[in-house]
Amino acid sequence: MNVFLVDRRDFLRLGLAAGTGLVLGVRLAGAADDAAPAAVTPDVFVRIGEDDTVTVIVKHIEFGQGTFTGLPTVVAEELDCDWSRVRAVGAPADPARYANLNWGGAQGTGGSSSMNNAYTQMRRAGATARAMLVAAAARAWQVRPGEITVHRGVLRHAASGREARFGEFAAAARAEAVPKNVALKDPADFVYIGHDLPRLDIPAKSDGSAVYTQDFRLPGMLTALVAHPRRFGAGVARVDDAAARAVDGVVEVLTLPSGVAVVARDFWTARKGREALAVEWDETKACRRSSDDILDQYRTLAAQPGLVARADGDAAGALAAAATTLDADYEFPYLAHAAMEPMNAVARFENGALEMWYGVQGQSLDLGNLSRALDIAPERITLNMLYAGGSFGRRSHFASDYAVEAARIAQALPGRAVKLVWTREDDLRAGAYRPLNLHRVRGGLDTAGNVLAWHHRIVGQSIRAGLPKPPPADQVDHTCVEGASNFTYAIPHVRVESHQPTLDIPVLWWRSVGHTHTAFAVETFLDELAHAAGRDPLALRRELLTDDPRRRAVLDLAAEKAGWGEALPAGRGRGLAVHHSFKTWVAEVAEVTVADDGSFQVDRVVVAVDCGVAINPSIVRAQMQGGVGYALSALLGEAVTLVDGVAQQDNFDTYPLLRCSQMPEVEVHIVPSREHPSGVGEPAVPPLAPAVGNAIFAATGKRLRRLPFTTAA
Amino acid sequence: MARLTVNTVDHDVASSPDTPLLWVLRDELGLTGTKYACGKALCGACTVFVDGSPVRACVTPLAAVGRRPVTTIEGADSRVAEAVRRAWIELEVAQCGYCQSGQVMSAIALLEGNPNPDAAAVDRAMDGNLCRCATYARIRRAVRRAAELLA
Repeated sequence: MNVFLVDRRDFLRLGLAAGTGLVLGVRLAGAADDAAPAAVTPDVFVRIGEDDTVTVIVKHIEFGQGTFTGLPTVVAEELDCDWSRVRAVGAPADPARYANLNWGGAQGTGGSSSMNNAYTQMRRAGATARAMLVAAAARAWQVRPGEITVHRGVLRHAASGREARFGEFAAAARAEAVPKNVALKDPADFVYIGHDLPRLDIPAKSDGSAVYTQDFRLPGMLTALVAHPRRFGAGVARVDDAAARAVDGVVEVLTLPSGVAVVARDFWTARKGREALAVEWDETKACRRSSDDILDQYRTLAAQPGLVARADGDAAGALAAAATTLDADYEFPYLAHAAMEPMNAVARFENGALEMWYGVQGQSLDLGNLSRALDIAPERITLNMLYAGGSFGRRSHFASDYAVEAARIAQALPGRAVKLVWTREDDLRAGAYRPLNLHRVRGGLDTAGNVLAWHHRIVGQSIRAGLPKPPPADQVDHTCVEGASNFTYAIPHVRVESHQPTLDIPVLWWRSVGHTHTAFAVETFLDELAHAAGRDPLALRRELLTDDPRRRAVLDLAAEKAGWGEALPAGRGRGLAVHHSFKTWVAEVAEVTVADDGSFQVDRVVVAVDCGVAINPSIVRAQMQGGVGYALSALLGEAVTLVDGVAQQDNFDTYPLLRCSQMPEVEVHIVPSREHPSGVGEPAVPPLAPAVGNAIFAATGKRLRRLPFTTAA
Repeated sequence: MARLTVNTVDHDVASSPDTPLLWVLRDELGLTGTKYACGKALCGACTVFVDGSPVRACVTPLAAVGRRPVTTIEGADSRVAEAVRRAWIELEVAQCGYCQSGQVMSAIALLEGNPNPDAAAVDRAMDGNLCRCATYARIRRAVRRAAELLA
């Protein structure tokens, strides 16, 4: 079993026990220590065993992006331990200790921020633990700490020839004072950071032994399925559960705010019970919208002024005076996250306390929502982190929908562990979609073909409006415009406006959030302007990037490696795009082949990325490849279409994901850097669709402005 | 009670005959390496071998298995299986990892039948297994690497 969880109470108990499972630093309990900054409290993040095992407590969920290797790498670097003795466990929900430092006091994973927020914190944790081990050895050997060297988990005093493994001083180190300041390494001395250390989670993920929520079991555990309404906003009017209860193995049927739960001894029994339910839905407040109508409304809105997100110069005046103007609408559907592991959670409610085990991504959000739903104090809630089989944002839900559902069922069955399982159909119909968006862009060129003006209206639901504390409705939600409101092309007159209509369709962040559509609009329209001006798309971008060297550098690198400008045979085309998101710059050059019937394939994508220090280049490459594939999947066929409020897609036959044969060759080039590391989970997604669309234009002269691209002709 | 042979061990199972093999393996026998993701044979995450041939356990009723032996990711230990697993680890294929049991099983099935598949054969054999993390580039290389290890 590979269950990655630390129960905070166990953790404290282990820390205080003599002899085994020693935790560095004694000051675990007590108010004074609770107030101490977590960044310099090593026991919160590092545990060293007498057997030399170094356990790193990782505050961010592992759902593929490599946090369970990346953060331990940074600790190990400063600790100078032996990498083969390092293991990772997920931190408990405890915002006081495990907050995301980019998010104030909130705990959670998102915005490609794990390494970016935790890098210095993890370095300090490792360096502090190292200093305490050295201090303990110095005391025992009666030498000065400065005379002790540390290498791969061994403390050594050269002059006296003494040496010891970390484990031998793990107990003694606990009695040492926690140093206030510790020196961090010169990056030139890094031995782990910047190298392809083996991912810690790979062996268990290659032989079926890794434990996800779907696999987690407790004694006597029941399985629950919930019958959900097909329309958002509908509720339960009446239930006839006699037939469901008659199914052998069905234990309970419960009416919840979100539907009707059937609790049974196992999945298949619960499913039979669910099928036997007769539920009459109350649809008086149900959503009856259709995607086509929404798009029509958005077109109307796009003709009207919106909230101003950016106003450089006088775009309207410059457009009126321009020699050439160009107009384009870009359309984006609702998208589902469709993680391979459908949403699920294990919960047990006992003696007024809730304990859960699942792929928890937004600990602070979930603690708040669970506390309100069950009417218990957050202190009565324990959340244990398990591996998640993907998320792409879905597991960080504003209302903690699936977690609350599981908790309500558990509360109704005190003392019984219950696993809530959403089927694929539940998962795809549950909403929390990437919002449908319409972009309307008008650009102006002067007689010499210079880009003078850019006027850009974006219509789409605000994602942040769903937050427990939403921003005011009369303010621009930056997630609606990010990537357009802040592009750095030196265009004198730029105006970006936002319409954020309120609809009864739940939306959520989806890998790279607003950049999923803004990058497409900006990088496609720039390509359109370049062609209208008779300019090379690379040359025009370079010329406009006068004051953004890192963006220009990734653009140049991708273009060079892709052979930009070299001739291609007929039917083939090359396109590029560059985008900055989550503090990381990514440029992509795509090569496509378009057949006579308009079908096309993406043959090759060259990626250049600047993410500051690349902690583990192999993981960076994997995230770039994965981001390209994820974006290509959406481009080729993903769309959730609502008709009269009902999602028309509910499994992979109607919501097709990218398959192996559709995956292009992806070549990744990492810009060498000593800058603070930034995210890699999301930033490869935004440039892909515009690069492919621009490549199709280069091959065919046809401009595609509506996603997904079902055909190039 | 039905008799079911999984990974060379005989079990008496209480699941009803219509229960998909996937849920017998997972819920009754505790073999959770085989994954649920679609329930309709659309994604391949539940791939197991029945009598040596790959099947989607999520749509295979217990009654249809009969006395034929079942092999899951936990019991796949042939020379080919070892090579595939080694290649998967060496090339660090997995990201979230949820689909990888199915990927590994499909790769084993491919290489059992064709020890030296070309690129098109690899794509064909692996096309039934979805990976939302899009680890396909490394899947292809890992299949090729496993073939090398077996050569």
